[in-house]
Amino acid sequence: MFSKTLRISSSPHINKGVGVDVIMRNVIYALLPVTVFAIYAFGINALLVILTSLIACVLTEHLLNKFSNRPSTIADGSAVITGLLLGLTLPPIFPLWMTFIGGVLAIALGKFVFGGLGYNAFNPALVGRAILQAAFPVAITTWHPAFLADRFTRVSESVLTFPFAKPVVDGISGATPLSAFKFDQVTTESADLAMGLISGSIGETSSVLIALGGLYLIARKMMNWRIPVAILGAVYVLSGILYWINPEIYPSPEFMLFSGGLMLGAVFMATDMVGSPITPLGVVIYGIFIGLLVVVIRIWGGLPEGVMYAILLGNSLSPHIDRLIRPKVYGT
Amino acid sequence: MLKFFSNTFKHGVHPPEHKEDTNKLPVRQFPFPPLIVLPMQQHIGKPAQVIVREGQEVARGQLLAKADGYLSVPMHAPVSGVVRKIANVPVIGGQKASGIYLETFPFSGQEVVEGLPVPLSASPEAILQGIQDAGIVGLGGAAFPTHVKLKIPEGKFCEHLIINGIECEPYLTTDHRVMLEQADDIFTGIRYLLRVTDAKQVIIGIEANKKDAADHLADRIPDDLPVKVKVVPVKYPQGAEKMLITALLGKEVPLGGFPIDVHAVAVNVATTAEIGRLLPHGRGIQERVVTITGPGIKKKGNYLIPVGTPLRFVLEHVGAAENLSEIYMGGPMMGISASDLDISIVKGTSGIVVFGDENVKRSDKIYPCIKCGACVDACPISLNPSRLGILAKSEAYDTMAEEYHLMDCFECGSCSYVCPSNIPLVQYFRVAKGIVRKRKSAVAHV
Repeated sequence: MFSKTLRISSSPHINKGVGVDVIMRNVIYALLPVTVFAIYAFGINALLVILTSLIACVLTEHLLNKFSNRPSTIADGSAVITGLLLGLTLPPIFPLWMTFIGGVLAIALGKFVFGGLGYNAFNPALVGRAILQAAFPVAITTWHPAFLADRFTRVSESVLTFPFAKPVVDGISGATPLSAFKFDQVTTESADLAMGLISGSIGETSSVLIALGGLYLIARKMMNWRIPVAILGAVYVLSGILYWINPEIYPSPEFMLFSGGLMLGAVFMATDMVGSPITPLGVVIYGIFIGLLVVVIRIWGGLPEGVMYAILLGNSLSPHIDRLIRPKVYGT
Repeated sequence: MLKFFSNTFKHGVHPPEHKEDTNKLPVRQFPFPPLIVLPMQQHIGKPAQVIVREGQEVARGQLLAKADGYLSVPMHAPVSGVVRKIANVPVIGGQKASGIYLETFPFSGQEVVEGLPVPLSASPEAILQGIQDAGIVGLGGAAFPTHVKLKIPEGKFCEHLIINGIECEPYLTTDHRVMLEQADDIFTGIRYLLRVTDAKQVIIGIEANKKDAADHLADRIPDDLPVKVKVVPVKYPQGAEKMLITALLGKEVPLGGFPIDVHAVAVNVATTAEIGRLLPHGRGIQERVVTITGPGIKKKGNYLIPVGTPLRFVLEHVGAAENLSEIYMGGPMMGISASDLDISIVKGTSGIVVFGDENVKRSDKIYPCIKCGACVDACPISLNPSRLGILAKSEAYDTMAEEYHLMDCFECGSCSYVCPSNIPLVQYFRVAKGIVRKRKSAVAHV
């Protein structure tokens, strides 16, 4: 009886069973409504940009692993998230060849050179976008109106620009609410902002759907709610103070919250677990730092939008926050 | 933040409890095995010294081995029989250690021989001696000699006597059954404990999933005893002494210190019951209540099993699945895997949890740490297991010990349990602690 060899393991012998792949899959689920709405708002152009970004990221991850003789890590889902996020942060008529380069570099320079998943100091999607912003400053700020009648039938010439050629901007372009405010002092209705009835990057326009995705992840305990709350709170408070001082020159806090990439960044980018601190107090400090930077860059900086740089700077700060802020050990 | 309002400790986890399979089953006497295999070290400290010889006939309850010094306890005969061999016996972990093979008399009535009773009126010192003589150790699993734990150091005093009826390990229901079936023994035990600790009040801590036991004990508190039963929310590892003290008293035991530093002494409820059951009759421990459960067991239950009963004999009697794959001596959180079936039930065996092949859901795939912070939110003593894990991988053991409190980890397993990357953090820490200890003793010997 009982001839079978026993398996032995080190305690604990059970695991909660919520693996990295499960978390990543749920982040993808949470991003789906945003993605679907983006494609609905910007049409076939947005679809092409998102697909290109996805393919570039997943392919790069696969090939880099293959060439360095490591097991494939596609199944963990993190490259898919990077691809989705990068696509969602680009303008709807961003040339596909540039998108592809962005995806390759996001994975290669944002993640692989650091050692892959878990070791990336910065959010890979934002690394890709930062490189694109530096390399193609015009294309990445060429906006396009949402809800054009022919958006499901016509592919923009800009999107199909021949690799390494300069994109042609077809007649219509649309200013984002932030650039309209910065350069033309025009404000947009907060309700339109929240619902996403505006121009902007592919996935940043519907704050409501982004927030819903965030709430889903928070409810499933797969996102640290303190990060978006700290970022949005800091933005609201600082811009509120400024607006209170002089509503003529400063935008309202509601406008600041719902415009640009803030919601997408606060909910889906700054919450990247790898690049954020690990303690509850640490993430609050990190979030406030990012929120303050967003306001500073938007209002006093040369760019209309500062979420990307704010989060990247926040990422660079988080190891230092973890070194300084440590949990109070029991009995000390 | 909510410390003042919550009667629990910080962090912790909620593994599935799985107690419903056995918590309603009364304790049953297990058959005597034909051969008892009795290791001499079933406790923390020095092994007991054998005082019988091969071929000698012994009666159940008779002293077989005496304590070797203060940090040691004696061993009594679990059955009446013949000492077949005094030799090394298999113990958990695949090793062998000194022990006795005792052949059970097949037709004996198995009457227990009793020694000199230790009355309640005896001096505290005599009671402590009686506890050691009875071979009593912490029955919650730690198996630390109880008389050592109860000795109040010079200059300290005990105000709160805490009876630990938490039993937070999943699957286990031995303490639960003892509380329901041995209330009188528990209160007698408390009387002995009050004599030695001179505590002002007694709190019996019980988790909310054992409400019936809490009510049962609360209804039976003798009028002359300063006992309170306190029900706390279910959370692992609340049964860890320091966590329980924080839950019940709202105080933290200083790091590196002992419960007595906050004027408390904590004793497991089954240990308390054993003191109350054995001392009035001058008897020693020869059996204990063990929960045998898990998906690989047909006749799940709580059994009173003679110490030294071989695991194989136990499993045959409870109808273990033929394809059993993993056996945890103790619960699945802190228990140790059995590597073979020739080891025996010891005083610290609170449960045997058996999993078949199909029940092991743990994945073997390990991902890199994604710094999700789940472990930080789980660690009951607020360490940073993520950081410790990364340091362990780069073998920075000294940094782990000096800056990140490695040595204070008591290996409850909460961090590994929640880790989405499936990193064997506790295993890393065990290895690291071993290396740090070795380095320290090497330095001490230079």
